[in-house]
Order: sequence, then C-alpha cells, then structure tokens
Amino acid sequence: MGKERVDQIVKSSDVVLFMKGNKFFPQCGFSARAVGILQAAGAKFETVDVLADPDIRQGVKDYSSWPTIPQLYIRGEFVGGSDIMNELHESGELKKKLAGE
Amino acid sequence: MFQASEIKRIIEDGIPGSTAIVLDEANDGEHFAAEVVSPTFTGTGLVQQHQQVYKTLGSLVGNAIHALALKTYTPEQWASAGRS
Repeated sequence: MGKERVDQIVKSSDVVLFMKGNKFFPQCGFSARAVGILQAAGAKFETVDVLADPDIRQGVKDYSSWPTIPQLYIRGEFVGGSDIMNELHESGELKKKLAGE
Repeated sequence: MFQASEIKRIIEDGIPGSTAIVLDEANDGEHFAAEVVSPTFTGTGLVQQHQQVYKTLGSLVGNAIHALALKTYTPEQWASAGRS
C-alpha cells in the first residue's frame, strides 16, 4: 500500500523530500538539515510529513530500500538521505541534479 | 543500547575487505557516526555505497540504532584524503 502511494508521489513531483515534520517545523535534526540544504541550493521542493502517515513512513523505506528519513527524490530518482545530500551540495552536484543536468 | 565496536564488527563482517571507524557521537548508544572504506565501493554511486553498509546492519538502523551518520570511501579516496 505505502509503496504504491510513494511511487505516485515521486512520479508526480519534480523535487520531493520525505521528512519528519514540514519545512517550517522540522521535527528531527536530520530532516531540518535536509530542508536547509535544499533552501541553500535555491530549490523549489515539496515535502511529505512521514510522521502524519505511518503507511508512507514504512512505504518510502521499502520503496528505496533505505532505512532512514529524510529521503530526497528528484524527478522520480532517489537521491539520498541528509548525509548524501550534504556531500552532493558541497560538491555542487546537487545544484546540477536539481537543474536536471 | 549499542556499542560502536559491535557496529564496526557487523559492518566489517558484512562487507569483506572493508574497514569501519565507528564513533558513538552522543555517547548514548543510539546516535553513531561511521566512516567505511571498502574496495567494493569502487565504481559505484554514493547511494549504492551507503546501501551496502545499511544492508549489513539490517533492521538495526532506524530502530536500535537511531541514527548513523555515514561517510564512505574507496581505498583510493581514503588514501588521497591522507587518512591511510
């Protein structure tokens, strides 16, 4: 159930961050860091609060076989959690992925 | 409660030829940071590298291990980072 809904969400939005809380009230340090990185990269992005939806919370972990939250998807592709987002941001790679290069 | 040494053993057992440096960052048995060097990372992307590490830990991460800040290196990257 959760996996299908995740598939729909990632395919219907360019940039989506599955996180705990939302952009204005992140509920976990790693999620807050991920939001900060996307804002620093000037990205336009949507968020999904996994705390509000246990189905999605498990579904997204199964979908990407990635055990933690947050998770970033760009144009349907799983990019990573906050560690990888940070590395990609520092190397300038994140801006390229956001721009679709 | 988990020990950094246990996580180190699990990762190194799970990825033959790898070396893991694991720190209990908050000294609380739940939040850890790990640097993992492995020849199996060569030629793969960051996501696959991290997934290899997560696979060794199974359902621990996100449960008993609340958080694992991860950095992965190929042996070449590790050497050029002057850390060998």
